[in-house]
Amino acid sequence: MVWWRQPHLLRRTFLLAGSGSILLGALTGRGARGREDAPAAVHGPKIAGLPRDSSGVVNSGLAFGTRGEVDHAANGFDPHALLTDFDYGTVSRLPDGRRLREYEVVVVDKTIEIAPGLYFPAWTYNGRVPGPTLRAVEGDRIRIRFVNGGSMPHTMHFHGIHSARMDGIPGAGEAAPGETFVYEFDALPFGCHLYHCHSMPVKRHIHRGLYGAFIVDPDPERHPDQREVALSRLAGTEENARWQEFVMVMNGFDTNFDEENEIYAVNTVAFAYADKPIPIERKRPVRIYLINVTEFDPVNSFHLHGNFFDYYDHGTTLTPTLRTVDTIMQCQAQRGILEFTFQDHEPGLYMFHAHQSEFTELGWMGFFDVREQVA
Amino acid sequence: MSRARLLAFLGVALLVVATGWAMWWLRPVERLAGDAPPVEEIVVERTELDDEGILLTLRADGSEPVRIAQIQVDGAYWRFEQNPPGPIGRLQTVQVRIPYPWEPGALHRILIITQTGLSFEHVVEVALPTPAPGAMEFAALGLLGVMIGVVPVAIGMLSYPLLIRWGQRGLPYLLALTVGLLLFLLFDTLDEGFEFVALAPPGLGAGTLFGLLTLLTTGILLFVGRWGAGGTLEGVRLATFVALGIGLHNFGEGLAVGAAFTAGEVALAGFLILGFTLHNLTEGVGIVAPMIGRGPRAWVFPALLLLAGLPTVPGAWLGAFAVTPFWVAVCFAIAAGAILQVVIEITLYLLRRYEAAYASPAVLSGLATGVGIMYATALFVPL
Ligand SMILES: [Cu+2]
Repeated sequence: MVWWRQPHLLRRTFLLAGSGSILLGALTGRGARGREDAPAAVHGPKIAGLPRDSSGVVNSGLAFGTRGEVDHAANGFDPHALLTDFDYGTVSRLPDGRRLREYEVVVVDKTIEIAPGLYFPAWTYNGRVPGPTLRAVEGDRIRIRFVNGGSMPHTMHFHGIHSARMDGIPGAGEAAPGETFVYEFDALPFGCHLYHCHSMPVKRHIHRGLYGAFIVDPDPERHPDQREVALSRLAGTEENARWQEFVMVMNGFDTNFDEENEIYAVNTVAFAYADKPIPIERKRPVRIYLINVTEFDPVNSFHLHGNFFDYYDHGTTLTPTLRTVDTIMQCQAQRGILEFTFQDHEPGLYMFHAHQSEFTELGWMGFFDVREQVA
Repeated sequence: MSRARLLAFLGVALLVVATGWAMWWLRPVERLAGDAPPVEEIVVERTELDDEGILLTLRADGSEPVRIAQIQVDGAYWRFEQNPPGPIGRLQTVQVRIPYPWEPGALHRILIITQTGLSFEHVVEVALPTPAPGAMEFAALGLLGVMIGVVPVAIGMLSYPLLIRWGQRGLPYLLALTVGLLLFLLFDTLDEGFEFVALAPPGLGAGTLFGLLTLLTTGILLFVGRWGAGGTLEGVRLATFVALGIGLHNFGEGLAVGAAFTAGEVALAGFLILGFTLHNLTEGVGIVAPMIGRGPRAWVFPALLLLAGLPTVPGAWLGAFAVTPFWVAVCFAIAAGAILQVVIEITLYLLRRYEAAYASPAVLSGLATGVGIMYATALFVPL
């Protein structure tokens, strides 16, 4: 053993053994700053770069996360607004008395800021990622004028019941740049669905940003046995108004095009709901329309802290498919409805995130800010 | 103005105007580049680990100033402070402070993501606290330098009395051995130098500079060495240049060891010293070989020892506390040039002095032994 190495080895040995900071300070000639003020009676090993808040309490999350702020105005959409931004279309009546909902969706190539200072060359529906949340009622006639203002061929492929002609795949509803296609089908079945581009290569067309939520509320008249439940799901009813409903599209972005995501998020912007938590009124129930469109990774998940929820896989049932769980997983394009309440909780910040920790630490993490009143 | 000059002037003026017009009007570069995103490059030149976390010194290169958007450490986004903040101009450096709780002995991956989404990975192989430039660390590194530079060369030079007894007969063999060990050092230096060339930002053109500096050094030293020596280089003078070449090489070795020390790569210090000792022993033999039968004065030996061995010490200091890969590459280029010079000189001397015997068994076996010993002992150096 060479003697000059010994001080270093000594220091490490003491570190690993968790010796007192005073001895360590004497050994290293450096004071253990802030230590003396720390509330803990037992001095643990000294760790580099360990952040403490102003009162000296350790907080390993202080330096965690992205740095800076995203310019939501420049993006043209705010993740907080996306949560509750439902597009009901232009409603009219068909000659047979059925309800017709008409939408216009335009593909726009647009560079968006997905984390502070990090720009992604996205392909978007209506200039936003995820695209507009189209919401209809079970059995409505849907007519979508799809305009391709982008630079590649694109489609809108709906997860729903429709004819082959309306499938939105190459050869059935694909629009070249500058072209228009009109999709028409019935909103079926009720549930929490999605649409996405299905032009080839699909993986790239999806991960560049072409996807969105498609929510079909149940028609209470068709479900007399569970009329109350159906009413609570149907937008515009008194029963539904109690609920705090949010759309969460779990997505990811491969910024360096190496087929791995550098950013994971809900509704595009990394840590958007961690930096600014989602306000929740304690006494009102919460319903989340959760959709997974993450590319490259086979599954994504949702985990709620300090609480459990009921889950409706695909949202196509009125009774839960899973009861009292705190974590669910979704494969690509899988989706479902989560229902829970904080009414018996004390107010505070309740975390939610993917329980793939790597996704969490790359942006897919947020908080519910449970309060008595939400302004 | 003469007619010819006028014509030449007009020709140049016409070319300048035509090129300017073509560039401005036809815009060939923009036509070719289209909407291509800017070219970006980020190189981490120094990594320091301390109580506050990780401190990186970065150099940027690219067609436009590079903006760092976010930084991941071990697959998690981490906040950081950049100094000076803002976009990084071409070949400019900035410091980035990441308050990350690094773990002694662990490997850490840092991913720097620019505003265009490109990513640049930097791996800290073994996280160890960076030695602060205190008296203690200077002393420790200085001692390390002496142990791997001065001591082994001294031991090698102590073989002088033995070699004298061997006498003139063994000289072709010994000189060939010296050429062999120097050839090994030459390629070793080039190899190490190019490793650092690869770490330097491409925009600095370190590769080209490396080759040119090597040849330039050789040329200058060939000239300086023969200055006033009547076109021959032998005896103490030749030994001095051998020592200089080895000294420059050892300076480079010192830089590499110091840099590795900072980067936490020197984990097996004892092993390292053993390897360098064995390796540099042969260098001492090479230095004294040209002086056999020349009866050099006693003070020549310590002087040459210091010239060949001591540069390791400032090398280690600089490598640990100051130097970037670009400058290490420059040092290795100069060392390679100096070694090439002595290889040329000793070869010429051998050819001139032992004309008939240059392909003799003695010379060939000497060459092979020199290269062989150096290669074998290099296996003990874990760097
Ligand atoms: Cu597409």
